[in-house]
Amino acid sequence: MGSTSAHNGRESVGRRDLILRSAALGLVSVPAVGFLSACASSGGDSEDKAESGKKTKANPLGVNDTAQMEFVLFDGGFGKEYAEDAVKVYEQKFPKASVKFSATQKIQTTLQPRFNQGTPPDLIDNSGAEQMDMGVLVGKKQLADLTPLLDAPSYDDPAKKVRDTLRPGIVEMGQFDGDPVWIMYYAYTVYGVWYSQKALDSLDEQYPETWDQMLAVCEKAKKKGMAGWTYAGKYPYYLPFSLFPMIGKVGGREVLDAIDNLEPNAWKHPAVKACFEAYYELYKKGYILRGTPGLDHIQSQTAWAKGKALFIPNGSWVENESANVIPADFDLAVSGPTGLDSSDKLPFGAIWASGGEPFIVPAKAKNPSGGMEQLRIMLSEASSKNFTSKVKSLTAFNGGTDGIELTPGLKSGVAALDKAGDNVLNPRLQDWYVQLNKEQVGVSGLGEMMAGRLTPAEAIKKIQGFADTAAKDSSIKHYKHQ
Amino acid sequence: MQHGKYRFIVGFLAVPLGLYVLFVIWPFIQSIYYSFTDWTGLSPEFKMVGFDNYSRMLDDDVFWKSLWHSLLFALVLPLVTIGFALFLAFMINVGGRRRRGGPVVSGVRGSSFYKIVYFFPQVLSIAIVALLFAFAYNPDSGAINSAFKAIGLDSVQPLWLGDPDLALWCVMAVLVWSTVGFFVVLFSAGMASIPAELYEAALLDGANRVNTFFRLTLPLLWDTVQSGWVYMGILALGAESFAVVQIMTTGPGGPDYSTTVMVLYVYQKAFRDGQAAYATTIGVALLVVTLAFAAIVMRLGRRERLEF
Repeated sequence: MGSTSAHNGRESVGRRDLILRSAALGLVSVPAVGFLSACASSGGDSEDKAESGKKTKANPLGVNDTAQMEFVLFDGGFGKEYAEDAVKVYEQKFPKASVKFSATQKIQTTLQPRFNQGTPPDLIDNSGAEQMDMGVLVGKKQLADLTPLLDAPSYDDPAKKVRDTLRPGIVEMGQFDGDPVWIMYYAYTVYGVWYSQKALDSLDEQYPETWDQMLAVCEKAKKKGMAGWTYAGKYPYYLPFSLFPMIGKVGGREVLDAIDNLEPNAWKHPAVKACFEAYYELYKKGYILRGTPGLDHIQSQTAWAKGKALFIPNGSWVENESANVIPADFDLAVSGPTGLDSSDKLPFGAIWASGGEPFIVPAKAKNPSGGMEQLRIMLSEASSKNFTSKVKSLTAFNGGTDGIELTPGLKSGVAALDKAGDNVLNPRLQDWYVQLNKEQVGVSGLGEMMAGRLTPAEAIKKIQGFADTAAKDSSIKHYKHQ
Repeated sequence: MQHGKYRFIVGFLAVPLGLYVLFVIWPFIQSIYYSFTDWTGLSPEFKMVGFDNYSRMLDDDVFWKSLWHSLLFALVLPLVTIGFALFLAFMINVGGRRRRGGPVVSGVRGSSFYKIVYFFPQVLSIAIVALLFAFAYNPDSGAINSAFKAIGLDSVQPLWLGDPDLALWCVMAVLVWSTVGFFVVLFSAGMASIPAELYEAALLDGANRVNTFFRLTLPLLWDTVQSGWVYMGILALGAESFAVVQIMTTGPGGPDYSTTVMVLYVYQKAFRDGQAAYATTIGVALLVVTLAFAAIVMRLGRRERLEF
C-alpha cells in the first residue's frame, strides 16, 4: 500500500507540513539575513594599547621595540612575497618584537568581525574583491591618521620626509576630507589605452593623438579584419580608464573634479558630451569588436591579445593578468588617451595614474606606530625595487626603477608618466562612490551606450540623474576635492 | 504517566529546538532589529533610525526591480524545471513503446542511460556550472555562438549575457539545466512506486500517453511535485540564484539592472556599500517573500490525498 503523501499522519498533515516547510524555507533565507548579524557588534573595548617607545633618529615613529605588530595582507595579484621580505626587515630592526603576519584573500570575512569587536590588526592591505568600504571606515573613525608617517624622515634619506619621496597624487588619494591622510596606496597604477606596438607597426601607424586620427587607424584596422577597440563589456567600468582622462584632457582637470564632487550638471559639460560622442562613434562605425558587450575582462583581454582588436582601456595590471595570453613579440605599450583635436585643454600625454593596494592602520590598533614603521620600511628604495622586480608594478615610491630590468608594459608605463609630467589626472569616482561608478555610470550608462542601446545624450541624462541621486542620498558619505 | 511522557518528548526536542532557536530564530530577530538601525557593518557603533530603511526601500527602484526578478525566478523556474523534469521522467519510466513480451510500462529505448546523463549536472557545484556557462555565452568565441557560426548562422550572434532582454533568461536556463536532473531522479522514484496494474488498466481502457500522464501519473505523484516546487522555490530565491547572477552577469546584476535579484542586492548593500542595516531590511523583505511563497504553494497544492 502506498500513499501520495510522504507522511502517514492521520489528519491535518497539510497544515503541519506548511509550518515545517515554511520553517525549512526560513532556514534557507537565514544565510541571506542572519549572516549579517553573525558579525554583530558585541565586542568589548580594548584600550590596552602598546606603550610607545623612544623616538630616535633610527626610530622616528617611536616604535615600542618589544610590542607585537600584526600585519594582514591581501594575497592577490601581487602575491605576498614582497610583504614577507619587508617584514623580515622589520624583524631585523626590532629583534625583540614579534610580528604576526598573515595573508588572505578574504579581507572582509577575516577583518570585519575584528573591527566590530574593536580588536583590529596594526596594518592592513585592504584590497581585492572583499575590500572594506573606505568611506565607511573613515566616516566611522576606524582609521588612524598617517600624517606622522608622512612627516617622518624617509628610510633612505633622513633629510627627506616620506611625503616628499612619493609619486604625484598618492598623498591626496589618501585624504577624504581635510588634512588627515587615512590611506597609503602602495602600488602605482597607470591607466590608459593599451595596445601592441607591433600591431600598430603592421598597420604602418603611430598611436593616434587626435580623434580623427583614431578613427582613421580604426578604419585601416577594420579593412585588415581587425576591430579597433574592445573592452570588458560585462564590467563597463573599465571604459573610464581611458574615457575619464580623455574628458580631463579635453575639458581640463576641473571637469573631472566637478564630476567627482557630484556637482549639479557636471556631466552636462560640453567636454563630457564631446567625449561620449567620440566613443559612441566607435560603436556607430563598427570599430568595436563584435560581441564585446558580453565579454568579461579576461575574455576581452584575451581577444585583444590574440590580435582581434587593437586598443583596450585598462590598467597596468593587465600585463601581469594576461601574461599567459600576450605573445612574446606583442610589444605591449600604453598611452594617455587620444584627445579630440588641438583645442584640448591639456597636451597629448596627459594620463590617469593613481595608487593601488590601499594600506591602512586602524585607529583601534594596539601598535599603530609599528604598523606605520612597517609602511615606512616598505616605502624604502630597496623594498620598492623588490616589489617592482617581483610583481611588475610600480610603487608609490617615486623612482625605484633604475638598475632593474623592466618588462615592455612597465617600461612603456614609466615613459608615459615621464611624458605626462605634471599632467597626471586622478579621477576619484571609483574610490569615493563605488556604486555610482561601477553599477550606474559604468554598467547602466557607459555599458548601455557602447552597446548601442543609449545615445550619448540619453546616457548623459541618465548618469546625471544617478549622480544627482547620489548627491542627495544621506546614507552615502560625500567627498570634495580640496 | 502523561507527565513523564512530555518530559520524555521535551528531552528529545530540547537540543534540536535550542539549536534552531540559536541559529535560525535568533538571527532573524537580530536582523529585524538591525533593520531599524543605521549600522554600517564596519564599526560597532550604530543608532536607531526607526522606519527610515523601510521607507527608503519602498522608494528604491533597484529594490523593486530585484523583487520583480526574484518573483519571476520563483514562478518561472519551478514551472519550467518541474514541467520539463516530469516530461523527462515520464518518458524514461512510462513513455516507451510497448514491446512484445516486455513489462507493461517501460521507458523509451536507452532510458537507463538517459537517467544517468540527466543527473550529471547535479554533481557539479553551481559555481562551476555558472563559470562554464559564462564561457559558453561568450559572444566572441563561446560555444553557442561558435555553433551558430558553424551551421552558417553568421548573422545570428546574440550578446547573451550582454543583452538586457536576454540576460535574465540566460541565467534561468543555467539553473534549469543544473537542477532538472535531480527532479528527473526524484520523479522517477515516485513513478516507480505507482503500481503497474493501474497503467495496465489505463491501457486496456485505451488511454494514450498524454491521458495516462495527466489522469494517472501526475495525480499520483502530486505530493512529490509539491515538495519539488518548494525546493525549487528555495533555489530560485536563495543561494543558487545568487551564485549564478554573481558569477555570470554583467556588473554583476546587469546589464542595466536586468538581472539583479534580492539576494544579490542584500550582498551588495552589506558588503560593497557598507550599508548592512539597509541590507538587513531587504533581507526582511526577502523573508516575507519566501514565507509568502511557501504559504501560497501549500495553499494551492492542497488536495485530497489518494490512497492506493
